[in-house]
Amino acid sequence: MKGRLKGTLALAACAAAAFFATSGTALAQANEQFFPVLVYRTGAYAPNGVPWANGYVDYLKLVNARDGGINGVKITFEECETGYATDRGVECYERLKGKGPTGATTFQPLSTGITFALTDKSFTDHIPLITAGYGRADSVDGSVFGWNFPIGGTYWDAADILVQHVGKKLGGMDKLKGKKIALVYHDSPYGKEPIALLQERAKTLGYDLILLPVTHPGVEQKATWLQIRQQRPDFVFLWGWGVMNSTAIKEAVATGYPREKMYGVWWSGAEPDVLPAGDGAKGYNALVFLAPAGKGAVHADIVKYVYDKGQGTGKKDDIGEVLYNRGMVSAMFGVEAVRKAQEKFGKKPLTGEQVRWGLEHLEITPEMIRKLGMTGFMEPIHTSCENHEGAHAAMVETWDGKKWNVVPNSRYESDMKILEPMIRASAAKYAEEKKLPTRDCSKEDGA
Amino acid sequence: MSIPRYAPVAILGVLLAAGLVAPLATGETAPGFWVEVLIGGLMTGVLYSLVALGFVLIFKASGVFNFAQGAMVLFAALAVARLAERMPVWAAVLATVAIMVMLAFIVERIVLRPLVNQEGVVLLMATLGITFFLNGFGQAVWGSDIYEINLGIPREPMMVLGKVFEGGVLVNRDDIAAALAAVLLVGALAVFFRRTATGRALRAVADDHQAAQSIGIPLNRIWVIVWSVAGIVAIVGGVIWGGKLGVQFSISQVALKALPVVILGGFESVPGAIVGGLIIGVGEKMAEVFLAPPLIKAFDLAGGGIENWFAYVLALLFLLVRPEGLFGERRIDRV
Repeated sequence: MKGRLKGTLALAACAAAAFFATSGTALAQANEQFFPVLVYRTGAYAPNGVPWANGYVDYLKLVNARDGGINGVKITFEECETGYATDRGVECYERLKGKGPTGATTFQPLSTGITFALTDKSFTDHIPLITAGYGRADSVDGSVFGWNFPIGGTYWDAADILVQHVGKKLGGMDKLKGKKIALVYHDSPYGKEPIALLQERAKTLGYDLILLPVTHPGVEQKATWLQIRQQRPDFVFLWGWGVMNSTAIKEAVATGYPREKMYGVWWSGAEPDVLPAGDGAKGYNALVFLAPAGKGAVHADIVKYVYDKGQGTGKKDDIGEVLYNRGMVSAMFGVEAVRKAQEKFGKKPLTGEQVRWGLEHLEITPEMIRKLGMTGFMEPIHTSCENHEGAHAAMVETWDGKKWNVVPNSRYESDMKILEPMIRASAAKYAEEKKLPTRDCSKEDGA
Repeated sequence: MSIPRYAPVAILGVLLAAGLVAPLATGETAPGFWVEVLIGGLMTGVLYSLVALGFVLIFKASGVFNFAQGAMVLFAALAVARLAERMPVWAAVLATVAIMVMLAFIVERIVLRPLVNQEGVVLLMATLGITFFLNGFGQAVWGSDIYEINLGIPREPMMVLGKVFEGGVLVNRDDIAAALAAVLLVGALAVFFRRTATGRALRAVADDHQAAQSIGIPLNRIWVIVWSVAGIVAIVGGVIWGGKLGVQFSISQVALKALPVVILGGFESVPGAIVGGLIIGVGEKMAEVFLAPPLIKAFDLAGGGIENWFAYVLALLFLLVRPEGLFGERRIDRV
């Protein structure tokens, strides 16, 4: 009896081993590309995190439903809640980086703090970080930051464009001399990022820069706005996120500061930032660099292939909001990077390292934007090993109480004569501090 | 020669008062602006007091430090805001009162009753658990967007004392409404505690649990009542904070500002919660506006607002000279 039991157990063990071995093989051979999705659907920053995440996930679902994946490679994804906290972001990264047959394709943390933490890891893990419109400004330099891709714009671009815009409003950049610009910023790596550029511009243009930090999460701003009332700056640049933005606008109303003189970065210019302030937000301005509010052909596809099939992530009415569109375009960057990399490595699941090659050879032309159904939602992008940004333009938009309107003739490109040396110097300093080898982009494959 | 008991408090008070008027003495600050900051601080302090009152009520009646008060404020505000989308605000408030009373029942039955006679720290941990539950459950049920509670108060500021100060002094109507609400709430609580049988029973329980039980006061019912009252205080705080900032998760973090208020005012004192709130409110605003800029300049600091941690510094200073808080009961234990 005892012998028979032993035999049965041995047989069961062999069967289990065979099952796991087979399923392991099946997993390795799965024709799937895994996209980790770092989100924050709860917590202080959820009002802004949710629409971005919905746009991101809906686009991935669309590519599967409409196109059958990327050239036949099905997209799989998994959300991980970071709560906008750096420690939880790193935890999510560690949990998801090895998932899927080839590991994570790319991470998009939607947090400058998490980006700072993951940048160090990217050098060893070789998984690209797409930080469209956030992250380190000096990570444009791909020779040092080999794995960071701040596609479409950095905070230095944003700050420079805002300075250009207010200069133009005054009648010329020389008119900025003696003016006061207050930066009301989230006291975090994100909020501090534009300071270097604004200080550099202040040296040459002669304006006074007033720095007013706001502590996380930004609901306490009375003291900040009393200082603004006292110092009466000519312009206020707002570098907020989440509830900090609407609170700032409400406090501006409460202290009588004109909203027309307020300019938000592109993370301070979405519907959740202005709607809670009601009519008080009328006249408030913000930058838009990728995907203003509105709908195009791609949205019609999302409705047809995703929402009408009952697969929508959020509410159908919220499709086309500023942050929804930005999440959607951000997902598109990852998808197109895979598609580009497939040209070189084959139509199969790719590793992060292979996707990096795709990201460094992105060529999103106006014709391609039309094919993607995104005309009017983004600038053409052309990246390279040396330039991980691909575009550095933005427009100004104004809230009229109901919707955002792009200000006519307000498209600017950041002044690369000023930014380029700052980027290279800062990246070189980073490489020296971290003892990182720099890449010779002229020798890179396909450069 | 013995030092009078109130001497250290008096010295600290004089030092703080000197710090308060120092910006005026230097001549660099316009008196009108100084008054504005002072009023802004007082009004913010009133809002802190509204949250601190909830802490005090529960601690008074049960000796439990209810860490979940901030989460209760968020939960109540979310309930009012979301229900007000389907009914008038007054009906939403009434419905939320019912929800908060139900919550009090659940907390008493599931959390407090099984933990009766446990150490204070165990009960504190239990309220920490309630905090996380309410924050997560509230957002899961009511959503995590920013919701509006429209109290119909104009947001535009008023200018007062135009004849006294050049340019006048800016005052916000919603701050005045908050102050009035706080006064009414404290008045109502005073009447409840002093003039009703339930209120007297609550005070008896606060004085001595065992003695109260021995004369037939049911402890469980008292706990339900006090948590219900704290829930109603949370509704008032939530509606006022929510009307001002919008209803969103961050409201729960306002509770962190109520902690220095109760440390300073005393854990068992309603007047302490009010006075403590005012001191913290004024202290942090004055520090942020007048102290932070020279500090950053002098020491080449990296920046950062100081008002968040300054509130705790202020509370710690009071703790050093009067550990039981300004209005707290002095405990003398037999050895």
